[in-house]
Amino acid sequence: MKKNGRFLENFIHGVFLILGLITVGCVLLITVYLFISGIPAIREIGLIPFLSGTRWASTAAEPQYGILPFILTSVYGTAGAILLGVPAGFMTAVYLSKAAPPKLRSVMESCVSLLAGIPSVVYGLVGMLILVPGIRKLFNVPDGSSLFAAIIVLAIMILPSIIKVSVTALDAVPKEYEDASLALGATPVETWFRVSVPAAKSGIAAAVVLGVGRAIGEAMAVMMVSGNVPNMPGLFQSVRFLTTAVASEMSYSSGLQRQALFSIALVLFLFIMLINASLNFFLKRDKEV
Amino acid sequence: MLRHRISGKRKFYISLMRVLMSAAAVLTAALVLFMIAYVFIRGLPNVTWKLLSTKPSYLTGSVGILPDILNTLYIVIASLLIVLPLGVGAAIYLTEYASNRKLVAVIEYASETLSGIPSIIYGLVGMLFFCQVLGMKTSLLAGALTLVIMNLPTVMRTTQESLKTVPQSYREGAFGLGAGKWRVIRTVVLPGCVDGVITGCILSVGRILGESAALLFTAGFAHALNGFFEGLGSAGATLTVALYVYAKEEGEFEVAFAIAAILMILTLLINFAAMFVERYFKRKKNT
Repeated sequence: MKKNGRFLENFIHGVFLILGLITVGCVLLITVYLFISGIPAIREIGLIPFLSGTRWASTAAEPQYGILPFILTSVYGTAGAILLGVPAGFMTAVYLSKAAPPKLRSVMESCVSLLAGIPSVVYGLVGMLILVPGIRKLFNVPDGSSLFAAIIVLAIMILPSIIKVSVTALDAVPKEYEDASLALGATPVETWFRVSVPAAKSGIAAAVVLGVGRAIGEAMAVMMVSGNVPNMPGLFQSVRFLTTAVASEMSYSSGLQRQALFSIALVLFLFIMLINASLNFFLKRDKEV
Repeated sequence: MLRHRISGKRKFYISLMRVLMSAAAVLTAALVLFMIAYVFIRGLPNVTWKLLSTKPSYLTGSVGILPDILNTLYIVIASLLIVLPLGVGAAIYLTEYASNRKLVAVIEYASETLSGIPSIIYGLVGMLFFCQVLGMKTSLLAGALTLVIMNLPTVMRTTQESLKTVPQSYREGAFGLGAGKWRVIRTVVLPGCVDGVITGCILSVGRILGESAALLFTAGFAHALNGFFEGLGSAGATLTVALYVYAKEEGEFEVAFAIAAILMILTLLINFAAMFVERYFKRKKNT
């Protein structure tokens, strides 16, 4: 009886161990598959021509696979979204964490979670019908589906993550810091921006990095508003991102073209890993201080 | 008296910051209200009983989204059924069993990495692994399994957080009475983490409802009307994928907005549910 019980305990321990290791297995699976399927095309095309080629013509008679336009579009698009989204999100976060009355704060916070929960295709749909025609009329360009439209949609989509993470960081600033600053004669507003914000800077940096990760990985909303043409990026050009390059051709691709799409996914994955590493860096530093 | 000592420069700085803060907060609130209002105004008039209860027919040229609603339901059920035991089990291992710190660090790092990977990459690997290597073809089951990997970190995190709130003394008491580890977990630890599991469920449902990029190549975009098991084996579009197809490829904006309105209602419901659950369990734990 006792021996039986011991066996059962060990067996269950083993089962839980396997369950615990599943996440590690998933990460390995994703990494291995992306490398296995992404490397062949890069070897065939050559790393330098693949990364620095400015022309993507996968279905032409003489196909060309240069993904520089996609990389640059993703970088510019993300930078633009950060440029618009971070100031707005940061200011809202300071307001919510420090200035807002408690009732208003809880209402606003549920609004922000709602904004985070809206599916990306809904953003894409609204962008398609409001932003795209709006940009066409306002700036007098032939097609409103452009990098600019994508930047605005991305800025709105990263807003909730920036607000949430920044609010958490600002809430964690010790009250003594603020009290000391107030006692020295600083006004509340000065205290928030000159004492609380610098004290929470690691958390706010993490919010920005999280926003970068969200923006660079978003596919569907961007696909619906960016025009999806492999041009070199310009603010009012129809462009294609790394994510949308994979999504738009996958359903009908074959051979080297398909393999090249996997290579694009690999490049995107490496970008994300880099972003994750820096996110960890900021969060760790926050914990240690 | 104090007022007089604040210089003009400081006054300007203070009012500038106040204006900027209020402007940003108003902008955020306005965005939320605008999204809800716009989608409802354009979408709700198109949500008819006929749309909800039929499937698309080329004969009459009518569009119905019943198959998409059912597909969404199937994929939510299948994903939850698989992700819950996996996620809860992993969380229990981390908080109750694991004694090797390095292993814990590795598992937690893996789960953080998973939550940062964009959904399009999940879709791609899901297509390669589930659809091709495991031979499931493009099917709801392959889509559901892809979503399982995506939602694993969420369920793990919420369960872990609530496991941490189960007092250590409960466990010690049960051990002291002579219970084995498995018995303690079954009778003391698991009942204590119900709130985390429910929160994880709600968050996962929200993510599954909103997901599209990961499902495009794993679950496909067919609109066939199927039963549960039959449906899992065949390709099918969820509501979000159907929205994308109707808006981008077929230009049926009325249908797209109707789906958007339905998704918006579901998002609202999920947010309220999450809030309610959080409050309910907070009150219960305090008393």
